[in-house]
Amino acid sequence: MQKRFLSLWFPFLVSDWLCIRRPELKESAFVFAGLVRGRKIVSMASALAARKGITAKMTVADARALVPELDVFDEEPGREQRLLRALAKWCVRFSPFVAVDSPEGLFIDISGCTHLWGGEAAYLDDLLLRLSKPGYTVYGAIADTPGAAWAMVRCGRNKMIVESGSITEALLPLPPGALRLDHILIQRFAKLGLNRIADFISMPRSVLRRRFGESLLQRLAQTLGQEDEYLEPVVFPDPFHERLPCLEPIKTAVGIEVAVKKLLEMLCKRLKDEGVGLRKAILTVFRIDGKKIRTLIGTNRAVQSEEHIFKLFELKIPGIAPGMGIELFTLDAQQTEKMPLQNEALWKTGATIDDGEVASLLDRLACRIGSDRIRRYVPAEHFWPERSFRLAASIIEKPASNWAPERPRPVQLLNQPEKIEVTAPIPDYPPMLFRYKGQTHHISKADGPERIEREWWLESGEHRDYYHVEDKEGRRYWLFRSGHYRGDSGNQWFIHGFFA
Amino acid sequence: MQGFKPGGTGTTKMPGLEVIEQAFPNAIFPLGAVHEFICEGQEGSAASGGFIGGLLGLLMQETGACLWISTSRKLFPPALESFGAAPHRVIFADVDKEKDLLWATEEALKCEGLSAVITELRDITFAQSRRLQLAVEKSRVTSFIMRKDPARLSSTTSVARWKILPAPSVNEAGLPGVGFPHWQVELLKVRNGYPGCWEVTWSAGKFETQQKRSGALTIPLDGQRKTG
Repeated sequence: MQKRFLSLWFPFLVSDWLCIRRPELKESAFVFAGLVRGRKIVSMASALAARKGITAKMTVADARALVPELDVFDEEPGREQRLLRALAKWCVRFSPFVAVDSPEGLFIDISGCTHLWGGEAAYLDDLLLRLSKPGYTVYGAIADTPGAAWAMVRCGRNKMIVESGSITEALLPLPPGALRLDHILIQRFAKLGLNRIADFISMPRSVLRRRFGESLLQRLAQTLGQEDEYLEPVVFPDPFHERLPCLEPIKTAVGIEVAVKKLLEMLCKRLKDEGVGLRKAILTVFRIDGKKIRTLIGTNRAVQSEEHIFKLFELKIPGIAPGMGIELFTLDAQQTEKMPLQNEALWKTGATIDDGEVASLLDRLACRIGSDRIRRYVPAEHFWPERSFRLAASIIEKPASNWAPERPRPVQLLNQPEKIEVTAPIPDYPPMLFRYKGQTHHISKADGPERIEREWWLESGEHRDYYHVEDKEGRRYWLFRSGHYRGDSGNQWFIHGFFA
Repeated sequence: MQGFKPGGTGTTKMPGLEVIEQAFPNAIFPLGAVHEFICEGQEGSAASGGFIGGLLGLLMQETGACLWISTSRKLFPPALESFGAAPHRVIFADVDKEKDLLWATEEALKCEGLSAVITELRDITFAQSRRLQLAVEKSRVTSFIMRKDPARLSSTTSVARWKILPAPSVNEAGLPGVGFPHWQVELLKVRNGYPGCWEVTWSAGKFETQQKRSGALTIPLDGQRKTG
């Protein structure tokens, strides 16, 4: 079967996109510009700006001279590619084979698709209409080869559909630039006065090769269909999505369990085939009365095991109210990760924290009590007691520094230091006795003071002079005086912790 | 009692606690069992925390991990380091409800990958403790329960009931200041063993058990009494 290709051309792709997002810009001239060797160079002009004579590679100062009220936006690398990919994804409804033609076009292999629209003309009209409706300036042409379609859409006058087998005639009046050539080659053609393809297409191949190189011959052959051109279709990852419709509405917990098991069986088989593990999954149940209930689970590491994921859902099943009945279950893997390679241990050499068993236990706990309630700490390099440790980012994070055990630290630390009344004999001496919660403690032994300064780059306030004291009954406390001794002006003493 | 197995394998020894081990059947500190600690007030909790920290250091060794479950945790993680337990290998689960506390404990005790599970709770009934005992028998994980409400002491299935009280610290001869942590360790109940009372010091990274206090029960020195 004769292959047919459609080439789409978006001459103002990014500026059209911006106009769609910000309709107020439609009436104004604007450009995208970026820094090139310290100068602001226009990378793309909007349709209105282009009409006023602004072209790419012009400096912004020159463009402003032409159009004083010009708006200038910063260009963002990779934006065009992203837009084209999104458009390619949209175009999949017209043909399964869509390729990105950087920087401002798409190729669509339409072989065997157009009869569904009742012919190529209707197909092209429909596609262009749907694309131009939101505001894109778009042109399209159909030919036997991608190259010919590219040439027709950019240089052809108004013949947008080239009949099968008549590429050569259609190409003859076009300029050499229609062959997707380097701008150096195009300049050379212009110098030689070869302004149309017809002027050189009948020249001997060896002459053309000597003058213009191999690339011209390759482009010519590709455009005329004598050589195949390979396009790379855009591939979109298939989302991990499973659905299970029910013949009879499900109302019982057992029914939900069976459905979840069935969905997991399908999902886990695909996960195993593709070598990825699940991190986050969402179960959606659709009730007869039109309500949707979502249930989210998360794991600490990539998981493929059906039983483990089922256990996590099992904890949540009591929270799913079936109402009049459930008619559809869907399961989506929202976040997946590549499975790490695992070595089976020949024998167990004692438990470790990155053990799979501990991770699955924590998943189960997190499902019931919330993942933010499970904490692990690593040391932080601060002397201030409240800041001397921080939350570990993950279950496998190793401490970057040592825990600092040089000075004794209390086993129990109050969240907020509590005020106490003390009797201290002379400044900077440990107190003789203190009252805490109505009880008087006579101090028999004491260590200190250990001065801990407030970190001024983090917060302001008084330093603390800590004392490690023991009362007559042998109970040990961590007291501090906030700031310097101030005589009898106010109570500055606090209790902060309890030693073992 | 059904399913009760005495002691461990006979190889695990608690360095520094040999004297206390004599109180247990076969003179072995029972691992893979439920231990109960009665904590009186903040000071009692701190003393129990220090003692448990020392035990954790011995249980976790170089790689092990443990889970600390509580509703209102005051434990200062860096302090565990001075008792030989690496704080970054302790996972804290802070639950809201007492009901979830026991559920989480039971789930954790079923996991063989943990070295120990510590639970801070107010009260536990006999039936609840039996569930923990059944979980522990299967997985051989050691469970430490810190009971914060000494006023309501119900009987449980735990293998030992401890009470750790702070005692005046021991100073090296002639040195001023606060000495090494020192506790009065009471074993109120031991299954098939001998309750007793000792004085334990934590110095230079290990336990040191001092002379038995007068008034405690006498223990046969061989410690080989047959278990029932």
